[in-house]
Amino acid sequence: MKIEEIVQALGLDVKCAKDCLDREVTGGYTGDLLSDVMGNSKAGYIWITRQVHQNIVAVASLKEHSAIILINSSQPTAETMEKAEAEKIPIMVSDLPAFEISGKIYNLLTAKS
Amino acid sequence: MPVAETNPNLYSGSFIIEGGNFNSAGIVSTSIKSTLKKLGIPGDIVRKAAIVSYEAEINVVSYAKKGVVTLTVEPGIVRIEVADEGPGIPNIDLAMQEGYSTADQRIREMGFGAGMGLCNIKNYSDAFHIESEVGKGTRLKMTITTP
Repeated sequence: MKIEEIVQALGLDVKCAKDCLDREVTGGYTGDLLSDVMGNSKAGYIWITRQVHQNIVAVASLKEHSAIILINSSQPTAETMEKAEAEKIPIMVSDLPAFEISGKIYNLLTAKS
Repeated sequence: MPVAETNPNLYSGSFIIEGGNFNSAGIVSTSIKSTLKKLGIPGDIVRKAAIVSYEAEINVVSYAKKGVVTLTVEPGIVRIEVADEGPGIPNIDLAMQEGYSTADQRIREMGFGAGMGLCNIKNYSDAFHIESEVGKGTRLKMTITTP
């Protein structure tokens, strides 16, 4: 499933790297501890987190995540947006908490396959 | 930045990590990853090297004044060595335990300092060695081999 389809289905607010939404999402990982995400997520995953600082972009880029979703309407910092644009990592904002957005994305990804 | 480069099958270069600066954290790991990619190293090896170097970089940024990463690539082997000018680790066995951390509140709020970094380094390296001297610094040696 493409990022664009998830954005449409869940009404996510795309904050940056809007031209990179045609990437394939292969799975997802939810977490706020960067080492947890570093160790346990995989390339192509969509990362769901409440962290908004610029270090999330380095993690997503090194892990080759398809995109980042910020929960509870959390907004990325200006530095985060700038780095994400440069690294071509789409960041989307959801007004839902982590549990709910993770469940919805899980359902979308498993229904599709 | 790389200081020396030879033929595509053999690379040696070093990178400087600035301690305390979370704004530039990840830059060295990103350089290492792109260097390995350019050398045509297989993707799974590159991904392991990215995890290992990122965790080591974050440790330097979190605790040390400065760190030097040396990347050496030989056929089938990637070696990453990280030497820092930091406080050193008094009890390495304790530091290697998952969940043990001496990180302050500021570091933890960013989602670092969960006591998982050294474990990730060990788990994603094929060989791992750590030595540390209190008051001097810590040296990590990691080797990732092509299966």
